[in-house]
Amino acid sequence: MATSLTVNGKAVTVDVEPEMPLLWVLRDELGLTGTKYGCGIAQCGACTVHLDGEATRSCVLPIGAVEGRSVTTIEGLSADGNHAVQKAWVALQVPQCGYCQSGMIMAAASLLKANPKPAKQDMDAALTNLCRCGTYARVRDAVRLAAGTN
Amino acid sequence: MNETISASRRDFLVKTAALTGGLALGVFDPALAGAGGTPAELTAWVLVQADDQVIIRVARSELGQGSFTGLAMLVAEELECDWSQVRAEYADVNEHVRRNRVFGSMSTGGSRGIRESQEYLRRAGAAAREMLLSAAATGWGVPVAECAAAGGQVFHRTSGRSARFGELAAAAAKLEVPKSPRLKEPAQWTLLGTSPARLDIADKTTGRQIYAADVRLPGMLHASIAQCPVFGGKLKAVDDSAARTLRGVRKVVQGEDWVAVVADNWWRANQAVKQLRITWDAGDNGAVSSESIREFLRTGLTEAKVPVARRDGDAAAALGGAAKVLEAEYYAPYVNHATMEPQTATALVTGDRVEVWVGTQNGETTIAAAAEAAAIPLEQVHVHKMHAGGAFGRRGPHQEFTKQAVWIAQSLPGTPVRLQWSREEDMQQGRYRPVALVRLRGGLDAQGNWVAWEVRQADHSVLALVRPTDIKNGIDPVAVRSFQDNPYAVPNFTNEYAMRNTHVPPGFWRAVAHTHNPVFRESFIDELAHAAGRDPYEFRRPLLAGKKDLGVLDAVAKAVGWGTPAPRGVHRGIAVVDSYGSFTAAAVEIAVTEGSVIEVRRVIVALDPGHIVHRDAVKAQIEGGVLWGLGSAMNEEITIKDGRVEQSNFSDYPLLRLAQAPGVIEAIIMPTGGFWGGVGEPPIGAVVPALCNALFAATGKRVRSLPLKNHGFRYA
Ligand code: FES
Ligand code: FES
Repeated sequence: MATSLTVNGKAVTVDVEPEMPLLWVLRDELGLTGTKYGCGIAQCGACTVHLDGEATRSCVLPIGAVEGRSVTTIEGLSADGNHAVQKAWVALQVPQCGYCQSGMIMAAASLLKANPKPAKQDMDAALTNLCRCGTYARVRDAVRLAAGTN
Repeated sequence: MNETISASRRDFLVKTAALTGGLALGVFDPALAGAGGTPAELTAWVLVQADDQVIIRVARSELGQGSFTGLAMLVAEELECDWSQVRAEYADVNEHVRRNRVFGSMSTGGSRGIRESQEYLRRAGAAAREMLLSAAATGWGVPVAECAAAGGQVFHRTSGRSARFGELAAAAAKLEVPKSPRLKEPAQWTLLGTSPARLDIADKTTGRQIYAADVRLPGMLHASIAQCPVFGGKLKAVDDSAARTLRGVRKVVQGEDWVAVVADNWWRANQAVKQLRITWDAGDNGAVSSESIREFLRTGLTEAKVPVARRDGDAAAALGGAAKVLEAEYYAPYVNHATMEPQTATALVTGDRVEVWVGTQNGETTIAAAAEAAAIPLEQVHVHKMHAGGAFGRRGPHQEFTKQAVWIAQSLPGTPVRLQWSREEDMQQGRYRPVALVRLRGGLDAQGNWVAWEVRQADHSVLALVRPTDIKNGIDPVAVRSFQDNPYAVPNFTNEYAMRNTHVPPGFWRAVAHTHNPVFRESFIDELAHAAGRDPYEFRRPLLAGKKDLGVLDAVAKAVGWGTPAPRGVHRGIAVVDSYGSFTAAAVEIAVTEGSVIEVRRVIVALDPGHIVHRDAVKAQIEGGVLWGLGSAMNEEITIKDGRVEQSNFSDYPLLRLAQAPGVIEAIIMPTGGFWGGVGEPPIGAVVPALCNALFAATGKRVRSLPLKNHGFRYA
């Protein structure tokens, strides 16, 4: 069954099972590998993308539910890695292994859009992505830097 | 043969670039270097292009710890190149094999990457510099002593003439590599100890970093796997009739203890795996449980005579004569690495040639595993090392995913197959930090001095599985660390070790024995201090006199304000541990509400690794190590039932989240010079015991087994 959606500003039609999660459409059908698989059950956030502008875990989102909607992945967050969040991530050298960071950055970008000056509790609630390398201290600082509240 | 590698590599890059909208990708392959022509190899580690680009080869692996940058810095410091012209790339594993292991050890574990490479890498940089100097001096017809290198150029001091490294490289490459080039004194370093932007970070913020999981090759298929859940069991039968009918499924492949499905999309492969009806032969271990394992460990404590790892004085006699004797039993469970990127390997088998793409901690073990799986010589295997999505000891000696990928790809000659384990497989097929049960006895004299100490360990040896020849007289030298090599001047000490290996495969888990032995040791010392009516910090100090441990202990005590009152409701704990050649101490401040809800306010870690290379990467390792310790102490536990792991995903194996991370992590980086210690693991050791000691200060409860959640605690 074909599903039409917008990915990073481009119209795309994919002919896959409607229950295939968006994550696998992105990674294995469209070749957008910046969005990662970590758990497949909405626990880790490695697969976070923006669905109509909002952070969403793509591993549990059937592609059938994305018909007509707009998806932004880490590859489409900015033209050249120059989104405020990406710049803050580089400035504070946040990533270690980096595997969680696409999802972390997408979650942070969505948080800042909804709440440009997030308090600590707002970050705690919105940034529930798992990072095994332990970059949380820098993630907090980088969100503050991007928000200008550092 | 090289041509073919480059071609397939180029296809891979081009294809991936096309699909990601033309984003530039990190290029590791000198054949793809573009402008600058063929780089001239000065030493095995240093290549210089005509356009002045310096390529520094890295033999160890980037796992997130910053080695890719740090190892390149060691070379660049001596080379006197311009750091902005440096590009690092992985030393080719196949070339390594063909050139008689020219790149030394590729092993990236035990916090060895920097400390065990630093000397030969600095020499390689210095040798290349001297070759460039000689080439310039010869070209100018002047004595080499009148020349100096700086910023990627050679200058002739008296005439003021200069030449760029790129201009000199071809001539320099023809010279003999000097055997004993002069190294700078640490005081002369200008790059080492600073924090240039890490070479791998930018791509990790844009999705451009290609991990093993992201490898995409023309015609590539995807595989998911089910392995026998009871370790050591075998595959008996599989009914794949339902799986085979699913869309996209190409092949079902069987191994001795696994079944994999190959499909045109990983989700489809994984859905099909769920449809397999597999009958396993559990073998002898189908009844093993965490309880039965604990009873088995206990036999190690009750056995009359076990191997002795260290004996000073006469502990038994001293305990007999002590004014006060304390005895306690401590326990730590199996825990899993849970790297964010599940185990993944891509393989392509064409004729008698194998190519693999793997995030590995050791290119040599990967090439050996692939060669063994394909039963071909090493020279016919090509390994593409990818930056790993976390490793922590999981991707070193254990390469079963590499072998499986090769076996699966063998059934589809000419087609690359990307095997990715599901998270559930990754959780249930780990190489776990072993269980440990330890009994400690300590004796105090009438003045409260610590005069006797007996440690009896019963645990599961990692070396028995991965390096059995390192076991001498029944002692696993890694398992006894932090007891056998403890720095405390206690006159009567015995460390006994009873190896108790179960069927659960053990592995090196970031900091290995230093994740639990220091918890036992430093908690028990806290117990002794309290029994002696002494302050736990002051109790330790005289026993560490003259040791570098004392410097870091004093540093955290001062930073936390030990001896001055803590803020209201805040309680402190302290601990000190040396490991992997470095010295660390931690002080932790917590507040506990409702008797069980812990808020970690502040963690201070002091680290003396002798010398440091990349200061900010050291700080990042301290931050990560603190969270590794805090998370594992509270929540992590792998339990066994019916011979298999009970946990399956992050839902029942929760990792620390941002909300639970302490508000303040202070890193005191205090390199005292004169030695090279590790950085990736040492920061962990002191954190958990300092937390447990703070917990005792706050609640009066002495926690003697991990994780804390089993005692009703949780983080706020
Ligand atoms: S992969 Fe989607 S939340 Fe983990
Ligand atoms: S940076 Fe490695 S998991 Fe977050």
